Amino acid sequence: MAPLTKALDSGEGLGSYQQILVRVQHLLQAKWKTVLVVLPFFWLLLFFLAPFFIILKISVAEPLIASPPFSPLFEWTKDGAMTIRIIFDNYAYLWEDELYANTYISSLKISVISTLLCLLIGYPMAYAIVRASPTAKNILLLMVILPFWTSFLLRVYAWMGLLADQGLINDLLIWLGFIDSPVRLMYSHFAVYVGIVYTYVPFMILPLYANMEKLDLTLHEAAADLGAKPATTFLTVTLPMTWPGIAAGSLLVFIPATGEFIIPDLLGGGNVSMIGRVLFNEFHANHDWPVASAVAIALLILLVVPMMLYQRVQAKETEGS
Amino acid sequence: MPAENQEIQDQPWLDPDAEPFIQIKGVTKQFGDFVAVSSVDLEIFKGELFCLLGGSGCGKSTLLRMLAGFETPTAGSIFIDGVEMGEVPPYERPVNMMFQSYALFPHMDVEKNVAYGLKRDGIDKEEIRLRVAEMLEMVELTDFRKRKPHQLSGGQRQRVALARALVKQPKVLLLDEPLAALDKRLRERTQFELMNIQDRLGVTFVVVTHDQEEAMTLSTRIAVMDVGKFVQIGTPTEIYEYPDNRMVADFIGSINMFEGRVTENGADHIRVRSAEADSEFFIDRGLSIKEGTKVWVAVRPEKIRVSKSSPDNTDENWLRGKVEEIGYLGSLSTYRVRLENGKIVDVTVSNQIRPKDGRHVVYWEDEVYLNWDAGSPVVLTK
Ligand SMILES: Nc1ncnc2c1ncn2[C@@H]1O[C@H](COP(=O)(O)OP(=O)(O)OP(=O)(O)O)[C@@H](O)[C@H]1O
Ligand SMILES: [Mg+2]
Repeated sequence: MAPLTKALDSGEGLGSYQQILVRVQHLLQAKWKTVLVVLPFFWLLLFFLAPFFIILKISVAEPLIASPPFSPLFEWTKDGAMTIRIIFDNYAYLWEDELYANTYISSLKISVISTLLCLLIGYPMAYAIVRASPTAKNILLLMVILPFWTSFLLRVYAWMGLLADQGLINDLLIWLGFIDSPVRLMYSHFAVYVGIVYTYVPFMILPLYANMEKLDLTLHEAAADLGAKPATTFLTVTLPMTWPGIAAGSLLVFIPATGEFIIPDLLGGGNVSMIGRVLFNEFHANHDWPVASAVAIALLILLVVPMMLYQRVQAKETEGS
Repeated sequence: MPAENQEIQDQPWLDPDAEPFIQIKGVTKQFGDFVAVSSVDLEIFKGELFCLLGGSGCGKSTLLRMLAGFETPTAGSIFIDGVEMGEVPPYERPVNMMFQSYALFPHMDVEKNVAYGLKRDGIDKEEIRLRVAEMLEMVELTDFRKRKPHQLSGGQRQRVALARALVKQPKVLLLDEPLAALDKRLRERTQFELMNIQDRLGVTFVVVTHDQEEAMTLSTRIAVMDVGKFVQIGTPTEIYEYPDNRMVADFIGSINMFEGRVTENGADHIRVRSAEADSEFFIDRGLSIKEGTKVWVAVRPEKIRVSKSSPDNTDENWLRGKVEEIGYLGSLSTYRVRLENGKIVDVTVSNQIRPKDGRHVVYWEDEVYLNWDAGSPVVLTK
């Protein structure tokens, strides 16, 4: 054994099996941190970047009546040369047809309003949960998470039952004598807002809760002691300190809400146009994969902008604490 | 009689007609079943620097928080400047507090933290800037004014908290352990500065501290607290020289305590026989304590003399023992002397004579005689 170690130490016998083994071991030991970082990157590469590039590829292809229904990116000519076909017709089409722009705008509008509604509802709720006694806190948190234990689809169907003309809400209002005949609740913007806010409010509450939990209540006392009325304390202390929670919660609501498909489809019917439905139609009804992919990529770009804003806020935050 | 007037002016608590600035009447605070503050009464006068002294968890912070308005008393009432504070919210009280945990706003820099209270008062920007700058100068944080609290050391944070409370110059300043994290130089400077502010502005201070030395130097009066109650309220001298009971005597400074019984009760003296010290003590004051009562004779270490020959008037107030330990502190030496029956007595002696060849007059294992004046001990009955 001794000569071997000596050989290893002096670097002799380079390339021998043991040598490689030792080097790999060394590398693993010294670089295990790097390995830890590389693994999630690998994960992202596999499950996020690869599908993204596939969609990107399809979005610059030409629709064909074939299987798959789009032109390939690479083609081999007869003399063995490779040609690459990239066309931007699909994007141009998105740009030219007003339908798409309008739908994007309508989607953004709906998700921005929903996010604000979620914030208005979620912020006081998170605050109340943080302030509750330890037992009450656990029960309240459980109630926030409880809806996730039932299928999302089922819950949307349940809302259809509640909002329908002969639904629970209309029945109740008639029974109470507020109205004489059913009010149309379903297939409206109202129904879509109800659905989105209902579904996404926990995503607002949870990050806010996590953020507020760290809030030191003596800071409120300090502010009051220095002469700040409760409203001033809220604006100068609570709000700035919960800003990271607001940002995280808002993005968690805003991003999926923008691309939401099931809620506008089931509760909005044909009356509410959101980009998720357009995407679905392009894929299934029109069978136009390239345009559908272009719709998806454009949506992604729309959403990357707020993501980057959030990143900057976060970077600032970590720098500040 | 101007001398007496001066005395009354410096010690308003002696004047029966003086109007107290802060009045605490029968205040109790309970957390569930736990009584943190138990039916306390206290009067603090304008311009006082009043110290609350006591062990950890005895209710000092709770009392301060009731003054600031963060806790509502379970019973009793608090008056500040003649106004009942019962329903007055913290932001309307003429009181500022420095928190034990500092409670600095983490999202604001030092300057903004200090300016926060002034902004709430709607003071104009230029004046805020000036007053903040002046205050930061005082606590030596001018160079750090753009830093956030997390970029400061513990002592620096404490100074920001102090500056933030001081800058508003309220009628009453409540300071919860204001100097605990400061080094000696800064602590002395800040103590001086506190006394200066109190003098200049007539602000009434209520200061919580663990540190009895600080309490002695700073305060006009001290209240010693124990499990939610005041055990004694008095000037530093009263507290140190005339403690009411063993708890106070023990808490402030160190003290030697001999348990015994009164054997003779004269008009101008008493005698106490102590089995613990195997000796009899003579105290040259008449005290209204019945013969046979169990008492504790307490003597401060610095009031005891050490000698190697037996004292002349050998009949009274002397003990014999062996030096077991010596602590040399430069200006002082402390001796730990074991009496024949095993009882330990602590003695502090100022080093007036320079040791010859590095050898002290009294040395380890030396047989020594301890002796004190008949007026030195305190006789405690509880
Ligand atoms: N909100 C509370 N709920 C329950 N008990 C409390 C509460 N606040 C304080 N106490 C208890 O009341 C007692 C007094 O607390 P307080 O903070 O006044 O102590 P303190 O004298 O300031 O001690 P320290 O010198 O350690 O700061 C403690 O035993 C503490 O555990
Ligand atoms: Mg305390």
